[in-house]
Amino acid sequence: MRLSDLPKGVTAVVDRVDDAHADDAVAQRLRDLGFVDGEPVRVVARAPLGADPLLIQIGFTRFALRRAEAARVAVRQEAA
Amino acid sequence: MSADALRIALVGNPNCGKTALFNLLTGGRQKVANYAGVTIERKEGRFVAPSGRMLQILDLPGAYSFDAVSPDEQITRDVLQGNYPGEAPPDLIVCVADATNLRLHLRFLLEVRRLGRPVVLALNMMDAARRRGIEIDVPELSRRLGLPVVETVAVKRGGAQALVERVDGELPEPAPAQADDAASRADLHAEVRALLAATVRMPRHTAELDDTLDHWALHPVFGLAILAVVMFLVFQAVYAAGKPMTDLIGDGFGWLGAHVAAWLPPGPLQGLITDGIFTGLGTVLGFMPEILVLFFFILVLEESGYLPRAAFLLDRLMLSVGLTGRSFIPLLSSFACAIPGIMGTRSITDPRDRVATILVAPLMTCSARLPVYALLIGAFIPAHRVLGLFNLQGLVLFALYLAGILGAMLVGWVMKRMRRDQGDHALLMELPSYRLPKARDVAIGLYERGMIFLKRLTGVILALTVLMWALSTFPAPPAGASGPAVDYSFAGHLGHWLAYPFAPIGFNWQMSLALIPAFAARETAVAALATVYAVGGDAGQLAPALASHVSLASALSLLVWFAYAPQCMSTLAVIKRETGEWRNVAVSFGYQFVMAYAASFLVYQAASALA
Repeated sequence: MRLSDLPKGVTAVVDRVDDAHADDAVAQRLRDLGFVDGEPVRVVARAPLGADPLLIQIGFTRFALRRAEAARVAVRQEAA
Repeated sequence: MSADALRIALVGNPNCGKTALFNLLTGGRQKVANYAGVTIERKEGRFVAPSGRMLQILDLPGAYSFDAVSPDEQITRDVLQGNYPGEAPPDLIVCVADATNLRLHLRFLLEVRRLGRPVVLALNMMDAARRRGIEIDVPELSRRLGLPVVETVAVKRGGAQALVERVDGELPEPAPAQADDAASRADLHAEVRALLAATVRMPRHTAELDDTLDHWALHPVFGLAILAVVMFLVFQAVYAAGKPMTDLIGDGFGWLGAHVAAWLPPGPLQGLITDGIFTGLGTVLGFMPEILVLFFFILVLEESGYLPRAAFLLDRLMLSVGLTGRSFIPLLSSFACAIPGIMGTRSITDPRDRVATILVAPLMTCSARLPVYALLIGAFIPAHRVLGLFNLQGLVLFALYLAGILGAMLVGWVMKRMRRDQGDHALLMELPSYRLPKARDVAIGLYERGMIFLKRLTGVILALTVLMWALSTFPAPPAGASGPAVDYSFAGHLGHWLAYPFAPIGFNWQMSLALIPAFAARETAVAALATVYAVGGDAGQLAPALASHVSLASALSLLVWFAYAPQCMSTLAVIKRETGEWRNVAVSFGYQFVMAYAASFLVYQAASALA
């Protein structure tokens, strides 16, 4: 599943970040910011217009990500 | 003395409190606020440590990683790696980390540690961490990291005591230098997790207050409503709170001018003092309260952490007009002045978004235009109540600001259409914790802004006002002349020539003339009008003089002109410096001139037809 498809308020775990194209600086920055295997992640809010961008909680930090950015992040839901 | 000064660099993630710490250490007054990317340049300060040693402190822009993606992050990377032109690498790096956000901030510390230089970790915002029940085993953290760790509270007096004692002592042993590449950086996350598991206990991942506030502030319906109400109240307040004080200052200067004039012998000197200095400068100074009220709200919003939320809400809208949510804060600071706004675009990662933001920033109504608006609105718009709630004058002011914003959206949309490269743009913006604005920070911000305004007033505006007075006084009319003396002066001749191209948009010669000094500083338009009318024999306040000489259509046309008018020279110079291209300067000046002329033409012709 992609982070952009994760329902609001549901906690999932990051699997990996995929490059959208060669030398993808956005993907690299996402990895640097903590989107790495095993990290819990949650969609906190969606913006009013077109539900884009998304507000993502990862670690102790909140990031606003556009859907195209969130789509680079593969997540899995672990049985709680 | 700088030869033996210890050079210390403050680095860390954006918004961890580096600049607050810098101000606390050096007694500096650098701008602090609650969003990522406030500091966009390297700033230097010094202080004498208790041992008597001189310490030189460098405040650097925040960075998430050495893999820099924006111009401000590049500065930090280059300084630390010793690649910044004319700057030796620092002797000691103080890595500042927000104690409530260690998952993210410790990772950057590990990147910094790999440089192989002496590093001290400052755990900042320890007060907020304790309030949230976060427990950090500092000695254990220090042992595992292999470097000294001190606790700081940058917003409290004496909150950097432990840090000062540490940096004043022996330099810590540096960790061995390691190569930096993407693959090895991935391992840093695992190291951070191990560190956190061993040394930090957090009751919950987020502050409860943030969750509650964000539930409403980012709500799909209430969020936008709250944003609209906040923005509207700011502009209503500017007028409601500023106007009475403006009248008081205006009356005070009128009284003072009259008394000083009584002491002076009649002649050119008396004219210069009363018509030039008291009437001209006094009128501009009178608008300082409005400017300070506007800044008060901008500072409070900046400190609260609300602005990145507004950027989040508006990102999609801004994207549709070729901008980005990240443009929101630079554009909002352009309401104060386009120059810091344009410099603030350095935190925008995408170069296309950055240039687009720079080109529309001058359409945001800067505070220097506020005196012009306030003068004309006060003279021509009645202070009616609308719907029993709103002041009509406040509504017109709001409409003018809105006109600038809508103009910017139009220009952004056109530029987006013309752009060849339609690839995707990244947002990736951190939303900080909410914070109660500190009275001291707001007071310092207001003081700094007030001083900038006074310096402009006693510098460029004074010089231009004296020049305008001289131009409108000399040469004296020939003997037996019948018309007003000012018609025979240089200003009179120049104004009458200028009036031709501006006649279709309803400007009389005094208004056309005032546009010239306004190009150096906007407020001078007010001083110039005041001086020209005073020399022309209209003693007393400028507003009634204007109301009796200028039609409503012309006044509306001038208001609209200033909403879109080509920006001042300093803004053009900053556009050149920040983008490095004269082409952008030409585009910016050109499109604004066309837009201002067209809009004023439409308003003047429509208003004349209706009247």
